[in-house]
Amino acid sequence: MIRALMLLRRRVVGSVFVLLIVVIGTFVLLEAAPGDAVDAYIVSTGGDAGMIELLRHRWGLDQSELTRLANYLWALLHLDLGQSVTFARPIRDVILERLPNTLLLMVSATALSFGLGSALGIYAGARPGSARDRFLSIGSLALYAVPGFWLGLVLIVIFAVDLRWLPIGGIETLASDKTGVDRAADIATHLILPVAALGFIYLALYLRMMRAGMAEAWRQDFVLAARARGLSRRRLVLAHVARNALLPLITMLGLQSAQMLGGSVVIESVFSVPGLGRLAQEAVASRDTPLLLGIILTSAVLVVVINLLVDIAYAFLDPRVGAGEAGA
Amino acid sequence: MSPARRFLRTPEAVAGAILLAALIAMALVALLFPGDPQAIAGPALLPPFQDWSLPLGTDRLGRDVLAELFHGARASLAVGLAAAAAALAIGSVVGTLAGFAGGLVDEVLMRITDAFQTVPSFLLALAFVSVVGPSLGVVVIAIALGTWPGPARIARAEVLSIRERDYVASARAIGMHPLEIAFREVLPNALPPVLAMSSVIVAAAILTEAALSFLGLGDPNRVTWGGMIAEGRAVLRTAPFLSIVPGIALVLTVLGVYLAGEGIVETTAVRRGLS
Repeated sequence: MIRALMLLRRRVVGSVFVLLIVVIGTFVLLEAAPGDAVDAYIVSTGGDAGMIELLRHRWGLDQSELTRLANYLWALLHLDLGQSVTFARPIRDVILERLPNTLLLMVSATALSFGLGSALGIYAGARPGSARDRFLSIGSLALYAVPGFWLGLVLIVIFAVDLRWLPIGGIETLASDKTGVDRAADIATHLILPVAALGFIYLALYLRMMRAGMAEAWRQDFVLAARARGLSRRRLVLAHVARNALLPLITMLGLQSAQMLGGSVVIESVFSVPGLGRLAQEAVASRDTPLLLGIILTSAVLVVVINLLVDIAYAFLDPRVGAGEAGA
Repeated sequence: MSPARRFLRTPEAVAGAILLAALIAMALVALLFPGDPQAIAGPALLPPFQDWSLPLGTDRLGRDVLAELFHGARASLAVGLAAAAAALAIGSVVGTLAGFAGGLVDEVLMRITDAFQTVPSFLLALAFVSVVGPSLGVVVIAIALGTWPGPARIARAEVLSIRERDYVASARAIGMHPLEIAFREVLPNALPPVLAMSSVIVAAAILTEAALSFLGLGDPNRVTWGGMIAEGRAVLRTAPFLSIVPGIALVLTVLGVYLAGEGIVETTAVRRGLS
């Protein structure tokens, strides 16, 4: 356990460095963007050359790059991401308002893809080479080739336009005063299609990983030993073969969180879900670079936190991590 | 048995090869396609299979969907291959430097790699294109920026094992410059596992390009499948085929890349006796 804690501390220290690099990267992009905060401000409010001079000085934009980077870091340490010109509000507030919707979408899509993907993977991998194994293997490869945003549109055509079973977009029915369970049910109905569109690609990924891991595990000596002990097939598959194939999937869960955040940009745009991804697209459309970079920083922090959580989960699930692989 | 015949023995690889051949044929035909795919070819919103001079119908502006589809194949293929090549090149150079130099250089390069993997690659591409401005070249770089860390990690792991081999030691003994050893002796031998990733990377690049164009961040002067899907979205209720047709082309392309890639990896694995 102490080893696991030391490993965790190493990861936290490493993460701080990684985030620092991300901050410097976003600062460089911010500098490279045409125009600065003052230009954006003047465009929206108007003002003369003297005003521009004054604002540049007040916001510290007339100082050297290094001083500005230091100011930027100092502001970030106070969780100050600056002001959004398009929303005329602090960027932090705009992001915090949208974040819960994206988290809800991501957690649901992860639950769907991980749960169903690993279950189908176990089903396929339990009998390697069987008809169902080949069918699921080819089916998952085909699913893996489908772009999420296009799948989203196809689902809209089928379930929202033709069948009219599900709402076409949004996170909940507007201007309805639903509360409690009714509201939760309303949100859940709105989430079905976006969650499917976002989660299906990863479902294919987890299915394939589980299947490949199980194919590997079947060849191991401990499976032969378990067979020799006369375990029932069900116990053999679940307790020995699948269990060993599960650990890499948990690592993948952390690695995929960044991809999924990226994927939510298009999915939220397709389904008009007011989340972080849709906000990123709005920021691009209105050329609000500070807002876009604020979203990138928030996502990076989110990814780091998710990966740390995955590391902790891993340390609990895999006894070897605590025992001797601290350097790995 | 020759590698080509072994490759063609698996049905998946054959299917992949056929799909890719069709895609390349489409892209080549687009070179010969008379005129501009963005020109008005007939009445607006003609459904598919109605008029045989316009087999897949027309879009909102009356442009020929089939011509657009063929030209889109070119853009997809070009961006996918160029971005993957750039990502593999950056990744193998960074991975080789990190693995061969070790120490502080390794530490710094790997933290930078971590940083690039921490930022969602699609958001990075979005930010890069929106800051620099959309064009085919910028889209290629934007996609490569988010994809190189994978190959870099694999190259580094491979270099770490190669660096202790005898031929590297003898290259050191004859006084070769370390950079020359790294890029002449080590890098070429570290490439096979990196190249094994290329099908996945090409596929991811094609999908990312499509998503960028879908959000209106592709090259505005070129027809792309993602852009066609976005165009069709405006009339999704009345003419869903406009979004569905280019999407099918995308799925088949990416599937072809995956299948052919798996076939190649399997063929070479057999040859190296790893099967």
